Amino acid sequence: MRYWRVPLDSKEIVVSRGIVVILEERCKGCGYCIAYCPRNVLELSPGYNVKGYHPPIVKKPDDCVNCHYCETICPDFAIYSLEIPPELSQQAVLPELPAEIPKYAVDGNNLNF
Amino acid sequence: MEKVKTRPDHPLDALLRTDRIPHIWCPGCGIGTAFSACMVAMQASGIDLNKTVMVSGIGCSGRGAGYTRLDSYHTTHGRAIPFATGMKLANPQLNVVVFSGDGDLFAIGGNHFIHAARRNMDITVVCVNNLIYGMTGGQAAATTPCMAKTTTTPRGNPDQPFSLPLLAFASGATYVARWTILHTRDLTKSIEEALNRRGFSFIEVLAPCPTGYGRKNKEKSLDTLKIYQERTIIKNGAHPMDAVMDFGNSITLGKFIDQDRPTFSDNYDKTCRPQFA
Amino acid sequence: MTGDVACAEGALAAGCLFFGGYPITPATEIAEHMASRLPDVCGTFVQMEDEIAAMASILGASCAGVKSMTATSGPGFSLIMENLGLGICTETPCVVVNVQRAGPSTGLPTLGAQGDMMQARWGSHGHYEIIALAPASPQELFYLTITAFNLSETYRTPVLVMTDEVTGHLSERVIIPDAGAIKLRHRPTPKGRKDRFKPFQPGPNGVAPMAIAGEGYGIHVTGLTHDERGYPGMNVETQIEMMGRLILKIRNNLDDIIRTESYRMEDAEIVVVSYGISARSSLAAVDEAREQGIKAGLLRLITVWPFPEQQIQKLAEKVRGFVTVEINLGQIHLEVQRCARGRVPAILVGHPGGAVIPPERIVETLKTAF
Repeated sequence: MRYWRVPLDSKEIVVSRGIVVILEERCKGCGYCIAYCPRNVLELSPGYNVKGYHPPIVKKPDDCVNCHYCETICPDFAIYSLEIPPELSQQAVLPELPAEIPKYAVDGNNLNF
Repeated sequence: MEKVKTRPDHPLDALLRTDRIPHIWCPGCGIGTAFSACMVAMQASGIDLNKTVMVSGIGCSGRGAGYTRLDSYHTTHGRAIPFATGMKLANPQLNVVVFSGDGDLFAIGGNHFIHAARRNMDITVVCVNNLIYGMTGGQAAATTPCMAKTTTTPRGNPDQPFSLPLLAFASGATYVARWTILHTRDLTKSIEEALNRRGFSFIEVLAPCPTGYGRKNKEKSLDTLKIYQERTIIKNGAHPMDAVMDFGNSITLGKFIDQDRPTFSDNYDKTCRPQFA
Repeated sequence: MTGDVACAEGALAAGCLFFGGYPITPATEIAEHMASRLPDVCGTFVQMEDEIAAMASILGASCAGVKSMTATSGPGFSLIMENLGLGICTETPCVVVNVQRAGPSTGLPTLGAQGDMMQARWGSHGHYEIIALAPASPQELFYLTITAFNLSETYRTPVLVMTDEVTGHLSERVIIPDAGAIKLRHRPTPKGRKDRFKPFQPGPNGVAPMAIAGEGYGIHVTGLTHDERGYPGMNVETQIEMMGRLILKIRNNLDDIIRTESYRMEDAEIVVVSYGISARSSLAAVDEAREQGIKAGLLRLITVWPFPEQQIQKLAEKVRGFVTVEINLGQIHLEVQRCARGRVPAILVGHPGGAVIPPERIVETLKTAF
């Protein structure tokens, strides 16, 4: 996150982090989530799902703050976000998915085409 | 990274007939979002979902009833509201939600709408207003803006549209709100309030129809959402007379009316069967 | 009491707890009586904004688990047709009373006729089976309204009570039995696991148990062609399956549904076929004809639909002819003709509408036509 001046309580405030789960076979490629994600975490994937639509992929996984807006705006029940527990979200970059996170979370780089 | 489950569950899957998803709505159709908001509101409101029924009419929005796992009734064109009236009066413990479209509720169903509002029937009506008759291919509706192109007004719609909140208010609705699918959180909150209150609650949701309305009027669904983002203004408590909807200029959103008035059942119990009170 | 009031009392005796109606001569008295009596039994009366809403509301009430009814006449009958189709397709029990008056269109609002009989059979679009009863007196209006409820609950279908203005406004003695003497039937209830329940899977008699709203069954009910789960199916296979279910549950149970009354039929050579108020004229005519040496008998149809085809076909093999008496210009007459299959003549004593057919006319036909 960029600040023009570092807030005085930046060490105490924990910004929530999230993981985006995409159910690509439900997606119809409308682009709402991509357009309205406040952190620009998503982009259109070059690949197709089985119906021929381009589902979104997560281009900036570290920027997701679990605001759930993709989940809220999606008309197709095809995307949602999960909270990364606070203890783990302090890390600048998550090297790999720790065991506590539900195993069915999908990282956008692993779509099957 | 390993994928253990082949199909992860969406948080709303418990309320959906997942064997029928993906649904029939077009890519970019706003009904899905309105329906999703309705489901979230039902969960968040704390009402007994076993006693909640969704009644719909005919049209794209009317297909919503087919996708929820609640008791749902997909009735005839325009007649969702009297059907819902019968259900509510027969079993007052039911939470009856009517989820249908603008053509279904206000053109063919207009008469039923105004009378249910007049009676202050204790039901919640969510009207997805996409300004068109979508299911049948994009004909003009009672809410289609003047000069818009549709298949039955190929040279521009000569008609003026209704103002739905004004109509609802004039008929006696006690909760009137208008939102868009972009204002999803406000919409969800409104539906939640409507579910938890007694009386006739009406919520209009503006939604894009990229296929029926959008193609003829050169509006992709993201263009419509942009209009919702840039040309809407929220005026909670505004009088429905001032809740203008001018797509070229300004669209007023908000919760306009939230009053209390005895419902039909309250009055019926008082006048006709006080001995059972 | 009048026929209309008897009909309302019959409905109450059957356990009707919801009436959604609209005023129309000559059925208004049914609505008025229900309005004053339903609150006594903790039922609900609602005057809806039109007959379309009235029919929709009684379907909704039935889906919520309550026995429901509406009453109308010709113009209102035309309006309820679309939702009647919804009731048939969704297999929702309810009773619709048509106190017939002379048509077409506004017609003669205060004078009786029997001109809606074919509309009762085919008034809604699509192909379907319907049950229609024809009471001939206020006492019978009381009993047949109860029968209508029983049949609608057993077979999960709307049932029509086709009476007429004369019977509706006739004032006669009606004996109302003790509640214990009245046998009521209720819709089959589902058994087994709620999550495995299929709302349209037929039971042993061809009728699916009915889950009502609010019990946790999570059913989907739609007017679209649907399969046993209730899900719409846009294909011919689902249509064939659904139509089979809807039609066969009636056609396979004709023994239970069809009711007729035979009067002096043992040695009859000419059969008078009639129903409703015309059957009373026919009764007098048969007696008069017998006095004059004509071997006439009366077959009174209590259920007009499904039509008692087998009975007419069998009779056509031994009698000399049929005379159909009805206050229209030939509707059930067409059915009698069809089922007689040309073996014997079938003649109509009809009337364009607005008056009861005098027995003299029927006797005249019995004397001269054969």
